[in-house]
Amino acid sequence: MSDIALQLAQIVGERFISKNPEEIFFYSRDPGLMPPHKPHYVVIPHTAEEIQQIVMVAQEAGIPIVPMGAGMSLTGLVIPLKGGIVIDMKRMNRILEVNERARYVIVEGGTSQGKLKAYLENHYPRLRHSLPDAPATATIAANTMIHGQGRLSQQYGFNSDMVTGLEVVLASGEICKIGSCGLSPYWFSKGAPLPDLSGLFLGWFGATGIITKIGLKLYPRKRMRDVEIFVTDLEDLVPDMVYELTHTEFVEDINVFAQPLPMIFKDNHHITLFITGDTDEELEFKRKMVWGCLGQFIKSKDGGFMSIPPVMKPTLLDMPQRSVSRFADVKKGGGFEYSGPIIAVERYPECSRKVMELASEYDLSYSAMARIIGRSHCMMFGFAFTFNRADPDMMERTRKALEEVSEFAIELGGVFWKPTVNEQRLAIDKMNAGAKNLMKMIKENLDPQGIMNPGNWEVH
Amino acid sequence: MYTLKFDEDLCRTCPTCDCLVKCQYMDLEADQAKHEIMKIFRGEDSFVLQDCVTCYGCEEYCRRGNHPFYLITERREQKGILTAPRAISRQWINIGEPRGKYKLGEIKEKVLSLGFMPELLDLVQGKLFEDVLPSYVFGQEFFCNVVYIHFADTSIIKERLPIVLDNFRKLAVKEVICMHDECYGAFTSLAPAFGMEIPFKPIHYFEYLYGRLHDLANEIRPLRIKAAYQRPCSSRLSSHTHHFVRDILEFIGVELIEREYEDENALCCGDIFGMNSGYELRHEIQTKNIDDMIEHGAEYCVFNCSNCQNALSDKVAKRGIKPIHIIDLCRIAIGEKPSAEVSWNE
Repeated sequence: MSDIALQLAQIVGERFISKNPEEIFFYSRDPGLMPPHKPHYVVIPHTAEEIQQIVMVAQEAGIPIVPMGAGMSLTGLVIPLKGGIVIDMKRMNRILEVNERARYVIVEGGTSQGKLKAYLENHYPRLRHSLPDAPATATIAANTMIHGQGRLSQQYGFNSDMVTGLEVVLASGEICKIGSCGLSPYWFSKGAPLPDLSGLFLGWFGATGIITKIGLKLYPRKRMRDVEIFVTDLEDLVPDMVYELTHTEFVEDINVFAQPLPMIFKDNHHITLFITGDTDEELEFKRKMVWGCLGQFIKSKDGGFMSIPPVMKPTLLDMPQRSVSRFADVKKGGGFEYSGPIIAVERYPECSRKVMELASEYDLSYSAMARIIGRSHCMMFGFAFTFNRADPDMMERTRKALEEVSEFAIELGGVFWKPTVNEQRLAIDKMNAGAKNLMKMIKENLDPQGIMNPGNWEVH
Repeated sequence: MYTLKFDEDLCRTCPTCDCLVKCQYMDLEADQAKHEIMKIFRGEDSFVLQDCVTCYGCEEYCRRGNHPFYLITERREQKGILTAPRAISRQWINIGEPRGKYKLGEIKEKVLSLGFMPELLDLVQGKLFEDVLPSYVFGQEFFCNVVYIHFADTSIIKERLPIVLDNFRKLAVKEVICMHDECYGAFTSLAPAFGMEIPFKPIHYFEYLYGRLHDLANEIRPLRIKAAYQRPCSSRLSSHTHHFVRDILEFIGVELIEREYEDENALCCGDIFGMNSGYELRHEIQTKNIDDMIEHGAEYCVFNCSNCQNALSDKVAKRGIKPIHIIDLCRIAIGEKPSAEVSWNE
C-alpha cells in the first residue's frame, strides 16, 4: 500500500478505503454522457473529523478530493476529472435531530432522501421535506448543493432555499458551522440575521468545501393528496395557465410535461398539479379554486382537465416519481440524460418546440418536463433524451442534441442547472465580469491549492 | 360517405318534441323545442348547439327513432362548434387510434367484445362467462369509437367504425356480446343510422348475463341489499335493454331503490361535464345524484359503465355508499369473489 493509502486506511479503517480497479471503475463514471475518469482512491468516512483528516492528507500530498453523495447528477459533477480521492459520504447517514415545533431537521452529509422520507413518515407523520423526483438513494446534501428542486419547490423555492444551516469542512481542514448553528443550539436559519455565508458552498459542487451536516426546513404534511392534469394543445398558453394556478396559492407542486408516448400524452402539453388537505372539505375547496382559476381556458376550449383513470393515479401520486426511471430505459440501453436549465416560465413555448425539433433532427426519444419553482418565478425545463449505451451513434447524437440545448438555453436567458464542466465554462464566459472575479476570489481563498473537486467552477 | 338518416317530417309532425323538452340540462317548451330542432335540421344556428352537454338523453326521449343527438352532433361538427377543449378531444382520439396491439382469445362464432376498456379484462371472469370465454376481442381495433359523439366528431367514427366492423367480419363471428353500452349502441343505433351494415348479431351483455343467471339459478343466494343504479349516457342509445337492470337485480335479490334520478330521468356520472365545461356542472350533477341515492336509502351504487364507476366510486364511498359493478354483484350472488375489493355485509 502507498503512503497515502496507508494514511487513509488509518483514518477510515482498511475496510473503507479502496483502490481496487473494480471499485475504482464504478467511481469513475455516472449514468450520463460524461467520459469516465478514474480516482486514485475511494474512501468512505464515518465522521466529520475523519473527513477533516482526509482533507489534511490531500492537502499535504496536493491531490484532489471529490465529495460524492449517490452520484446521481447525470452531468458528471462527481466524476474525478483530475483523479485523487473520492469521498463517498454514504456512511454519514444519521438523522441527528428533528425540531418538530420549529419544523427543521439536521442530518449528516450522506443521508439519503429515502431515509429521511421514511423516518419522517414513521416518526413525524405531520412533517415532510421537499422530496426531489430522484432515486431514493440521492442525498439531501448533494441535492441542495446542486440547487435541486422537489415536491415543495413551487411553494418554497429551490431545495437549497430550504437549508437552515451547514457544517462544512474547508480545504484548510477547518470545520465551519454556517448560520444560526454557528452561535446557537438551534439550526433555524442558514443566514439571516447574520451575513449569509451558505452561498460560499451551495451551488459549488464541493469546490469550496465538503458538507458534513445540513439543516433542512420541514413543512406540514396534509393527510390527503390528489392530482389533477390540465391539458392544452397550445404551448404558448402554458405560462398564462401556470400564472393563474400559482396565483391561487393552493397548489403544492406544478409540473408540465409533453411527450409523444404513450398515445394518451401525444400532441398535448400537460400541467400536472397536486393539491393537499387535511379534510375532504379542504381538498374539495382547493380543487374548486384550482379548476375555477383556469375556467377562462376551458370556456375558450384552449384547455381542459382530463379524466384521470384510477389506475394512473398511484403512479402520479408516487413520490418520488418512478416514471422518470421508466423513461430512462425506453431505448433498452439504460442511458438517460437531460439538460435542465433554470429559465423564465414565459420561455416554455420556445423550450418545448426546441426539444421536439432536436428529437426530430437527431432521431431521438424525448420527454419535455418542467417543474415550476416558486410562484412562477422560474422553472427547470428538462430537455430529456434516452439512449442505448450499447449504441455509440445514438450516444453521439444525444451528445450533440444536448450541446445544442446548452447554447439555446443560454441564448434564451436561461441559466444551466447542475451544469457539466463545459456548461460551467459557457456560464462563466457569459457571466458579468464583477461576479466572475468575485467567484475567482472566493475559490482562490477557500481552496488555494485547487484540490477541491478540481475542474468545477474554475475561473481563469 | 356515410350520411345520417334523419327524417324531417318526423320532427315537424311530432306532437311532443320530447327530445328537447325532456332535456335535463336545458329548459325548453314544446313550441320552442320544435322551432330549435327544425332550425338545427336546416343547418341554422341554435343555442342548443352551444348548450347541449352531450348526455345522449334525447336519443331516448325521441320515441320516433329520429336520432336528434346524432343530428346535433353532425351540425356541431359542420359548424366547428366544439363541445370539449381541443386537447381533450385530441387526447381521446389518440387513445383510440389502432396500434396493432389488440388481443384475441380463442375466437368462436360467439365472441365477447371488451372494446378498449382495460377494466373489463378483470371483470369478465368466473362461471358467468365460462360458456363464451376464452372467445374474446380487446383493443383499439375493436373499439366502437362512439365516445367521439361527446366531442362532436362523427367524422372519426365514420372513418374508424367501418374498419372495426371489417375486423369483426374477418373473424367470421356470428354473435358479439358487447360488454359496454356504447359498443352495443354503435352496432344497433349509430351504425344503422349512418347506413353501415353490421356483419353479426349484437347482444347486450345484460341480456347475456340475465340468461346466465337463469342457467346458474340454483347457485344464487339473494343478496338482500338496497341499491341505486348509475345509468350511463350510452345506455340512452339502446334504451330497450334498460329493463334488464331491474330484471337482473331482482333475480339476485337486490332491491333497486325508487329515486328521482332513475330510468329516463337518470343523471350523467358527470365525468364528461368536467372535461367539457369544468368544475361547476360536474359538481352540481354529482352532488344532486348522490344526495338522491342517500335520500332514498341506497346501500350500494351499482355501475354498468367503468367510466361512470371511475368517476363516482370514491365520491359515493365517501358518502357511505358502496360502489360495485353489476357484474361483480352477480358474481357475489353466485358465491364468487368480485374482481374489485368491496366490503360485503352478508
